[in-house]
Amino acid sequence: MTELASYNFAYLDEQTKRMIRRAILKAIAIPGYQVPFASREMPMPYGWGTGGVQVTAAIIGPEDVLKVIDQGADDTTNAVSIRAFFQKVADVAVTTHTADATIIQTRHRIPERKLSEGQVLVYQVPIPEPLRFLEPRETETRKMHALEEYGLMHVKLYEDIARHGRISTTYAYPVKVAGRYVMDPSPTPKFDNPKMHMSEALQLFGAGREKRIYAVPPHTDVVSLDFEDHPFEIQRFEQSCALCAAHGVYLDEVVLDDKGGRMFVCSDTDNCEDRREHGHSGEMLAPSKEAAE
Amino acid sequence: MNDTPLFKVSGVSKFYGQRIGCKDVSFDLWPGEVLAIVGESGSGKTTLLNCLSTRLMPTAGSVEYRMRDGQFRDLYHMSEAERRFLMRTDWGFVHQNPADGLRMTVSAGANVGERLMAIGDRHYGNIRATATDWLSRVEISTDRIDDQPRAFSGGMRQRLQIARNLVTGPRLVFMDEPTGGLDVSVQARLLDLVRGLVNDLGLSAIVVTHDLAVARLLSHRMMVMKDGYVIEQGLTDRVLDDPREPYTQLLVSSILQV
Ligand SMILES: [Zn+2]
Repeated sequence: MTELASYNFAYLDEQTKRMIRRAILKAIAIPGYQVPFASREMPMPYGWGTGGVQVTAAIIGPEDVLKVIDQGADDTTNAVSIRAFFQKVADVAVTTHTADATIIQTRHRIPERKLSEGQVLVYQVPIPEPLRFLEPRETETRKMHALEEYGLMHVKLYEDIARHGRISTTYAYPVKVAGRYVMDPSPTPKFDNPKMHMSEALQLFGAGREKRIYAVPPHTDVVSLDFEDHPFEIQRFEQSCALCAAHGVYLDEVVLDDKGGRMFVCSDTDNCEDRREHGHSGEMLAPSKEAAE
Repeated sequence: MNDTPLFKVSGVSKFYGQRIGCKDVSFDLWPGEVLAIVGESGSGKTTLLNCLSTRLMPTAGSVEYRMRDGQFRDLYHMSEAERRFLMRTDWGFVHQNPADGLRMTVSAGANVGERLMAIGDRHYGNIRATATDWLSRVEISTDRIDDQPRAFSGGMRQRLQIARNLVTGPRLVFMDEPTGGLDVSVQARLLDLVRGLVNDLGLSAIVVTHDLAVARLLSHRMMVMKDGYVIEQGLTDRVLDDPREPYTQLLVSSILQV
């Protein structure tokens, strides 16, 4: 017998899973509302996605196909180890293909490919409270949510404009969900905020250290906060992907050498590979005169 | 409208167990009127202020406030949401220590603009223009609009706190020792400013102070408190020039001897 044989399916015991599922159901019923839950110790440190892992463990079944991404990539240490964890404790199929996955656990990014009905996107969240930046007292932030007192969120955006001439917040950009609760999509880049709006997929957020779960059900309004004279805008990239020539996707800057050489490539590695398989090629891959010489 | 009170206080008492915080306080406050509540520390004046401003629930009594629609509402039977809305729109509260009433880590402009954003103003340019206007009204140089109050002197902080409260055009402002902790010369300037604003805006105000000079400069009417009771009240000039109660006479004479 291996040591793992003593674990229940998907690591957590059934009672714990039921407790987490109840929190998830409540979160779905009140979109954007942070539901407290009794976060469990997981065999990985906080900061490594324990909230997301507990949510995934509570909803995953033997028939599910799991994809795990970190900064858009399937092959980072964090993504690899979480994927390996669920292969071990739940013996589920895993994939890197967004279209094939039934559950996608993520830190930072929402896949470029449009998610569809039946898919679940599970976010690993470090700080769930959008008001904490200016109001550290939790008794007060809870009251502000309850009474829908969200002026403080605009104070934060005001400060951005006063300091930088524009809203400079690029990550964890606050949104209003279903016209009611203000929510922190942390630490997703604001580039992905529009993908949350009216998504066909169910979006679940787990914060392990902070013991909170929240959700955006499918087909829900998700509106990024802004000012009339400083409307919400996503990041725009002038370049296209150096590998697959994609435009209008989120790009990472990669340093090539110590002489200032750099390139921009897709943050979503699966999307990039898929495009290359379909014959798209960026400037790094295109046959060049220099290479031929 | 001036023949109807703005604020009707009746039988307000606060007990802490057997100990009296304040006992059986009743008065009406009229539009544009400034009332000073004067007493030494432990007299119950701060407890009373907290009850009147609903920061504290009294043990007995009622306070009615005439809303903008002209209807009187019993403050202690309002929902918390309504009370908080009232407090950030139609009321102001100026704390003795400006740090209690300001956000010290956001800019002066955002401190003034917060109430506007809280009631739904979503135009950055307009919010900033209004904040600029209010900074100049409280004699803060408008080039300080992006500085945090941490970098301000005590007097500037207090003036910023006042601007932050007045930006929504409140009809009633509570002040708790507004000049306490400031140098004498700074106090005089602040009192002049407050008196000017109160007159210009037609504000009603309830000012708690231990300082009879503040009462003399700011208030039309005053109440003297001792051991939780109001022992004397009347027009400020009358009370200070012709105090009837021995305790008030003592307070006034101790000022005059200095
Ligand atoms: Zn690419």
